[in-house]
Amino acid sequence: MKNNILIIVPAFNEAENISQVIHRLYDENCDWDILVVNDASTDNTSELARATGKVTAVIDLPFNLGIGGCVQTGFRYARDNGYDYALQFDGDGQHSAEEIRKLLDLVISGEADVAIGSRFREKHEGFKSSVYRRVGIRIFEWFSFMLIRQRITDHTSGFRAYNKKAICFLTDYYPDDYPEPEVVILLGRNNFTIQETFTQMHERQGGVSSIPLTKGPYYMIKVMLAMFMASIRSKVYTHE
Amino acid sequence: MNNQISTIGSNIQTTQSIAIAVSVSLFLYILYLVRKKKIKEEYSLLWLSSSIVFIVFSIWRDGLEYFAKLVGIAYAPAALFLILVLAIFLILIEFSIIISQLSDKTKLLAQEMALLKNEIEKLKTRKQTDDPVAGNDLKDVEPVNDPAE
Repeated sequence: MKNNILIIVPAFNEAENISQVIHRLYDENCDWDILVVNDASTDNTSELARATGKVTAVIDLPFNLGIGGCVQTGFRYARDNGYDYALQFDGDGQHSAEEIRKLLDLVISGEADVAIGSRFREKHEGFKSSVYRRVGIRIFEWFSFMLIRQRITDHTSGFRAYNKKAICFLTDYYPDDYPEPEVVILLGRNNFTIQETFTQMHERQGGVSSIPLTKGPYYMIKVMLAMFMASIRSKVYTHE
Repeated sequence: MNNQISTIGSNIQTTQSIAIAVSVSLFLYILYLVRKKKIKEEYSLLWLSSSIVFIVFSIWRDGLEYFAKLVGIAYAPAALFLILVLAIFLILIEFSIIISQLSDKTKLLAQEMALLKNEIEKLKTRKQTDDPVAGNDLKDVEPVNDPAE
């Protein structure tokens, strides 16, 4: 460990993108370490990540844990190695490395415990999503506001920065099923401050998304149920 | 044939002895499994207690009638089904709890294992750069001062 910021890159069968993603992260700045968590990919994601020579470590999970268990491994690593900040950056190349600073600044300045890169904060041209999908996003926004009284526009975004307090908390409590929206509720319920900032998202450059957002209403109902379940769980964290 | 079945069906004595035999052997089978360590004691408790309930109701027939009247079931054997379904429900819920705990533990193990594997790799490469002569582990050990000298 040479820096106090860890970029966690969860990767499942991302052979097409992983090298490029790592090079971008590395070229963008050198004051962070890059950790690739390979969720038992069946392709050579792990070898390609190692071959770049620019990652601090590649963790190979023995079997597929899903995005939740995969990202949690990253938190575990961050906690065990004493990192102060962690940032989740998906291995599929849909996030832009230039925008990492925006998220990190929010947590480093202490404005928030968790910063989420949102596609829907402002008007933009980066990511065109269908009306259908936007309606879904609106419903999520309303639903989570009812549950935690914080306005979150992009629950499914996997572009997030966390401070040490959140890292330690999520190492023990990171959810499994629909981790992104559930984490928002879990953190909100346990009085963590969440801030959003607009970030662009590129269309996927290859590979298959781990979150099938296209599965429509059925997916939405399942996620909302999971969010509701997360909200009725008892509080587990007390801030000093 | 039909006549035969109805004769057997109406013979409550026969039904009762079958019920007792089945529930007692169920109870003994679970005890046997626990003894052979095929089931852990903690997971056998619900099975044992529900088979005891079956034994009780197969011996004490009036008890079933009494219970049925108590909860307002006109047809007493239906009360038996109610008890049976409830017992199965309880056991299945118990299983869900156990499965959830197991999957949490498996996940934790997988994560810790992956992290440890990474640590070992790191240690190995560090060792190789420190001491390029492989297999000379003992040379790394500092010589202990011999008190005889």
